[in-house]
Amino acid sequence: MTQVLPIFKREFFGYFRSPVAYVFLIVFLVVSSGLTFYVGQFFDARVASLSTFFTMQPWIYTFFISAVGMRLWAEEKRSGTWELLFTLPVRIREAVIGKYLAGWAFITTGILLTFPLLLTVGYLGDPDWGPIFTGYFGSILMAGSFLAVCSFTSAITKNQVISFVISVVINLCLVFLGWSVLTDLISFLPVSWIDALSNFSYSTHFEGFSRGMVIFEDLAFFLSLSFISLLLTVIILER
Amino acid sequence: MIEVQSLHKRYGTINAVNGVNFEVNRGEILGFLGPNGAGKSTTMKMITGFVRPTSGTVLVDGLDVQEHSVPVKERIGYMPENGPIYGEMTVVEFLNFIADIRGFSDPTQKEDAIDHVCDLCRLNSVRHQSIETLSKGYKQRVGFAQAVLHDPPALILDEPTDGLDPNQKKEVRKIIRAMAKDKAIVLSTHILEEVTALCTRVIIIANGKVIADESPESLLQRNKHFNALCIRFEEADLEVVKKGIKELPEIANAEINDGALEVFPKNKQSIDNLILKTCRDNEWAISHFEKRPVGLDEVFWELTA
Repeated sequence: MTQVLPIFKREFFGYFRSPVAYVFLIVFLVVSSGLTFYVGQFFDARVASLSTFFTMQPWIYTFFISAVGMRLWAEEKRSGTWELLFTLPVRIREAVIGKYLAGWAFITTGILLTFPLLLTVGYLGDPDWGPIFTGYFGSILMAGSFLAVCSFTSAITKNQVISFVISVVINLCLVFLGWSVLTDLISFLPVSWIDALSNFSYSTHFEGFSRGMVIFEDLAFFLSLSFISLLLTVIILER
Repeated sequence: MIEVQSLHKRYGTINAVNGVNFEVNRGEILGFLGPNGAGKSTTMKMITGFVRPTSGTVLVDGLDVQEHSVPVKERIGYMPENGPIYGEMTVVEFLNFIADIRGFSDPTQKEDAIDHVCDLCRLNSVRHQSIETLSKGYKQRVGFAQAVLHDPPALILDEPTDGLDPNQKKEVRKIIRAMAKDKAIVLSTHILEEVTALCTRVIIIANGKVIADESPESLLQRNKHFNALCIRFEEADLEVVKKGIKELPEIANAEINDGALEVFPKNKQSIDNLILKTCRDNEWAISHFEKRPVGLDEVFWELTA
C-alpha cells in the first residue's frame, strides 16, 4: 500500500489545480447554507441545532458528490492517462484507494468549511454539541459512501456525463428508499418489507448520527457500501 | 530480457494479436513495424501488463508479467502512444509524481534523477510550465523523460518520434541510441528510415502475426532492386549488351527500361566490378552508371499489402 500516498497527493492537489474545485466548494457552501436557512427555515424553528442542515445533506450530496466523483476514472480513461498509471508499478487497488481517499478528503474539506454554521448556532443559543459532532462524523462517513458509488460508476465509462447520470440515479434511489414520502406511498406493503427497503437508504442510517447516536449497524452500512463499491471498481478496472 | 511467447489477444471475434513470438536482449533495439491495426500497440500493451493477453506469456527478466506485474513494471519504462500525461501538472510536478511512484525515497537521489532526465530530454526551459501548455514535441519529450527516469533495463516506446519535427526526431533518436548499450529497447514506428537508422533488428507484424524478424540489412536484401544496377551507354546496341550481360553466371536478369539497362544480380550479391570489367572488355562506353538506392518501403509494401 506504499503507492497510495503519491496517488492521493497527486489527485488531492489536482482538485485545486483547476478553478472548478473552487467553484464547486463555493456553490456547495452556498447551497448547504441556503437550504438550511431558507428551505429548512432555520430561524423559524427557534432551536439551536443543525438538524435541518443534516436533513438536507443526502439530497445535496446526491448531486454534488456525483459531480466530484464523475471524473475519478472516466477522465483518466478519456485522456488515456490510466494507461500510464497502470504501467507504473502500482496495484490497481492502490490506485483506486488513493484516488478515492483524495476525493473523500476534498469533500471533507467542503463539509468542514461549513463551520460558520457551528459558530452561528453557538452564538445564537446553547446547542447540544453531541449530535452536532456525531452528525458531522456521520455526514463525512456518508459522503464516503456516496463517493465510492461514484468511483464505481466512473470506472464503467469514459464519459463523465454518463458517469454523473448513473451515480445520481443510484444515489437518489438510495436516498429515496428511506424518504417518508416514499414509505407512505408503499404503505400497502407489509411493514417488514418497508423496513427492509428503507434499511438500504442513506437517510435511514444517517438519522441516528444526526440525533447524536453512533450505532454499529449504521457504521457497518456506510463502511460496507463503500467497501463493496470500491471492490467493484477494482474488479472493473482489472478486466 | 524480454521474451514474448505465443501471445494471443482476441477482442470479441477479432484476433488482434495471433501467436506472436520474439525475444529482445540487452543491447538490442527492436523496431516494431506494421500497418495501422496490425497489433503493434496491443502487443506492446501486453508486454507492459496494461492489457491482459487471451493466451501466451510475456517474461521480462525471467518474470511473468501477469504473475509478477509490479516487479515487471519496475523493470520497464513505457512511453504510450500520443503521450497521455496529466496535463494540469507542471513538468517538474509530474516527474516528481513518477519518481515517488517509482520508489525514489532519498530526496537528493530523486532530484538528481529528475535533473538528469531534464538535461537528457532538454526540458530545463519548461520545468515549471504546465504540461497542457507545451507543444507536441515537448509533451513527447516529457513522456520519454518519465519512461527513462528510473533507468530501466527494458524500454517500450510506442511511436516515440510521432509528431516531432525533423530536428526533434534526430535528437530523440540520438538519445535512444545512447541508451541502447545496456538496455533492451522495443520501439514501434511508421517511419521506415527510422528503422534503418536506429534498430538492430526489425519485426514486421501484419494481421496480428509476425511476418518478418531479421536485421534491417537482411530485410533490405529482400528489396528487388538490392544491388541492382541501372546503366546507360553512349553508342552500344542495348540488345547486344543485354544479351552479353545476361550470359554472365552471376546475373539473374537484365531488362531494357526507358533507354537504360537494368541488371539484377543472383543472390543479391554486388556486381559493380564485374559489370564495369565486362563493359570495358567489350568496349561498351558507359555514360551513366547507378546503383539504385533501396529502402524498406517496397519490402514493407510487398510483405504487408
